[in-house]
Amino acid sequence: MAGAVRWRLAALFICTLLATPAFAQTGAVTARSVAQADNGNWEMPGKNVAATRFSAMREITPANVRNLRVAFTASTGINRGHEAPPLVIGGTMYLVTPFPNKLIALDLTKPGAPTKWVFNPKPPTAAQGVACCDVVNRGAVYANGRLFFNTLDGRTVAVDARSGKLAWQTKLGDIQRGETMTMAPTVANGKVIVGNSGGEMGVRGWIAALDTGSGRVVWKAFNTGPDKDVLIGPRFRPFYAMDRGKDLGVKTWPPGAWKIGGGSVWGWVSYDPQLRLIYYGTGNPGPWNPEQRPGDNKWTTGVFARDVDTGQAVWFYQSTPHDLYDHDDINEIILVDMPVAKRMRPVLLRPARNGFFYVHDRRTGQLLSAKPYSYMNVAKGIDPHTGRLIPVPEKEPKVGRVVRNICPAAPGAKDWNPAAFSPITGVVYIPHINLCMDMGALEANYIAGTPYVGADVKMYAGPGGNRGVFTAWDPVHARKVWEFKEDLPLWSPALATAGGLVFYGTMDGWFKAIDQRNGKLVWQFKTGSGIIGQPISYRGPDGHQYVAVMSGVGGWAGAIVAGKLDPRDGTAALGFVNAMKDLPARTDAGGMLYVFTLPR
Amino acid sequence: MSSPCRASLALAAVALLGGCDREERDSRGQPVTETVPAGATADTIYPGGPSGSTVTLSPKAAAYENNAYHIAQGQQLYGQMNCVGCHAHGGGGMGPALIDDEWRYGGRIEQIATTIVEGRPNGMPSFRGKLTDTQIWELAAYVRAMSGQVRKDAVGARTDEPSNTPPLTQTRREPIVPGEDATP
Repeated sequence: MAGAVRWRLAALFICTLLATPAFAQTGAVTARSVAQADNGNWEMPGKNVAATRFSAMREITPANVRNLRVAFTASTGINRGHEAPPLVIGGTMYLVTPFPNKLIALDLTKPGAPTKWVFNPKPPTAAQGVACCDVVNRGAVYANGRLFFNTLDGRTVAVDARSGKLAWQTKLGDIQRGETMTMAPTVANGKVIVGNSGGEMGVRGWIAALDTGSGRVVWKAFNTGPDKDVLIGPRFRPFYAMDRGKDLGVKTWPPGAWKIGGGSVWGWVSYDPQLRLIYYGTGNPGPWNPEQRPGDNKWTTGVFARDVDTGQAVWFYQSTPHDLYDHDDINEIILVDMPVAKRMRPVLLRPARNGFFYVHDRRTGQLLSAKPYSYMNVAKGIDPHTGRLIPVPEKEPKVGRVVRNICPAAPGAKDWNPAAFSPITGVVYIPHINLCMDMGALEANYIAGTPYVGADVKMYAGPGGNRGVFTAWDPVHARKVWEFKEDLPLWSPALATAGGLVFYGTMDGWFKAIDQRNGKLVWQFKTGSGIIGQPISYRGPDGHQYVAVMSGVGGWAGAIVAGKLDPRDGTAALGFVNAMKDLPARTDAGGMLYVFTLPR
Repeated sequence: MSSPCRASLALAAVALLGGCDREERDSRGQPVTETVPAGATADTIYPGGPSGSTVTLSPKAAAYENNAYHIAQGQQLYGQMNCVGCHAHGGGGMGPALIDDEWRYGGRIEQIATTIVEGRPNGMPSFRGKLTDTQIWELAAYVRAMSGQVRKDAVGARTDEPSNTPPLTQTRREPIVPGEDATP
C-alpha cells in the first residue's frame, strides 16, 4: 500500500514539476518526498508521518504573496510560549495551548471562525514547577475522529473531534519525579506514540505506544537501563560497533546512574508505514555535568528505529556519545527517498542539535553523510568507519573551571523547531540558531522533582553577532544552497508550500515568507507577540489556501519574557537569558492565532 | 615592600578588626526548636484587620537576616538543594526571579521561610523534611539577601558559582513591598 502511495506521490510530484517554474531554475530535483498525498487538511504537526512540513497548496506564490492579509484571529488568553501548530480537519481548526493545555475548536465555516467548544484537561498547577523550559506544548494529532495530545502533568488524552468530549485518558508521567509531557504525539498503525520530558530533572526517558481506541499501553520502552526495559532483543542490529553489546544502557553509566540519566522523548516521532518502523531521537543525559556520568551514557542523545507494533528496537545510532553540552538528539526526522551513489535509497534526514546534518539509510541506520550545517568548534567531525563523533578535548567542561566559547551552545545549532522539506526544490529549509556559551560544571545533587543539572551557563551570539540563521540545505550533495542571518534566534519551525514559498516566524513577532529558490524575503507581517509556533497551510471550506500560525513568545529562548526573568543574571533560564536581554524591549507575551489568505 | 601594598595590608587589617565585632552568632548553632511559622501569610491584607502595616518580625528572623554566617550557609544550601536549577543565580528560570522587586508570596524572611517549607501552588516544591529549621532560616536569609535587603558587610563579596555573576555586595536593593521600606 505504501508503495502505491509513493507512486501516487511521484505522479503528483511530476505534475508539480511541470507546473512550477521553480524547477527549471534550480536544476535537478533529487530528493523525493515519501509523504502521503495532501488532502488540504493539516492533521499532525509535521503535516505527514514523513515530517516534511510541505503543503501542496499553490494558490499563494512569490508573485502574489505581497497581497496576503489577515483573514481572522483568535486569542488563547494565555501568556506562555505557544509552540503548537493549529490543526485543520474539514471545516474545524483545533488549537492546543501551553499549560493549562486547553484544546480549542474553531468553526471555519462561519465568519470570524467562532469557538465551537473548549476542552480543558485541568492539569494541576504544580506541574508548572517541573517544566524545564517554559510550560509549552508542541501540538495535537488527529486520527479516526479523535484528537490526541499530552498534558503537562503527564497524561495522554483523546478527545472526540466533533463533540469535544473526553474519549479516554492515560496517566503516564509523574511530576513528583520531574516528568512532564510536552511533545506532540504521532499516530502510527493504530497507536499513539508518546514520550516524556524532564531531561533537566533527572527523569528516566521512555517512549510508549497507546492503543488509539482505548488508551491502553501496548508497549513501553525505556531509553536507559537493561536491554529488557529498552526492548532490545533479537531484531536489534545497530550499524556501528559502538552501539552493540549487552545491557549497554546499564554498563555505560556509573552504578545506578541510568535510573536518573535522562534520555527523554520530548521531540518528534516519524513513521515509515512500509518498513513499519518509527524513528525518534533521545534527549540529553543527566546531569549536564559530564564528570558525574563517565561512559557513553546509552541510549541518550541518539536515534532509535523501533518496530511500531512491538516497540522492539531495530537499530540505534548515538549521535553524541557521552554528551557534554545538553545536545539532545530529539530534532525532527524527515523521511525521503534520494539517490546515493546513483542509486535511490530510503533515507532519513536529521538537522541535529549538535550541528551536523545527518543522512542515514533508514532501514539500517547506516550513516550516508554528516556535514556541519552551522558553525561549530566542539567537534572535529564524524569518523566514517566507526560513526563516532570526534570531540575537541579542550572544550570538555570540568568541575571547577569555566570553559569558554563553546559552539554551538546548549540549545545546539538548532533546537526543537523543525525544518521543512520541499519536493519542488529537493531542499531542506532549516530555521536555526547561532549561539555559543561559557559553561562551568558543578556537582549536582539528585533530589526528586527538582532540577538535576550541575552547570552554570551563559550564552551569547556566535561568530557574526547574529543569533539566528536560516539555511537552505541540499541533502543529496550535503551542501548549503543559500543562507541568511536573523538577529534573534529562530525558534519557529518552517513551512514549505507548493506555491514556492517558505514561511517562518521571528521572536520579535514578524511572520515572514521567503522564496524557496533564493531565500529572498517576499512578504512579512508583524504579529502581536514573538512567534515560536509552527506555521501551517490548509484549504479552507471556501476552497482557497490559508496560512496560519500561533503568535505568543516563550519557550526556552523566550523564557525571559514569558517568565518575567531578570536580565541582570545571565545564567537565568539555564543561561539563555544572557543572550536574550533585549527581547523584553522588543516583544511581550500573549497567545494569539493569526490566519492569512489572499483577498478575493 | 612598596608603600601602596603596605597601605592595602593596613587597610585589610583594619577591615579584619572591624569584622571581628560586626555581629554575633551562636557558633554552636543553638537549635531553633520552634517550627517555622505556619501561618506566615503572603500578603498584608486581612479582611477586617487593622489598617496600616501589620508586619511584625519574629525575634527569630532578626537572628538570621543580617548574619553573615547564616547567609553564607544559606548560599551553600541554595546550590546544594537545587534552588539554583529553577531560580538561577536570582534571575529565575523554571521559577521566578529572586533578585527583582516582585514577590509572589511575600519577601519578608518569615514569608520566604514559609514558602520553602510549605511549597507554593504554582510549582514551588515543599522542602519539608529535607532541611532542618535552622537550614530553612539560613536559606531564607540568603534568598532575602539576593535582592539586596541586607547590610553589605553581611554578604559575600564573591560568588560561589563558576559563571561569575555579580556578587551580593553589588546587588541593588529592591523594595519588598511597594511603598514600604525594607528593613535596613
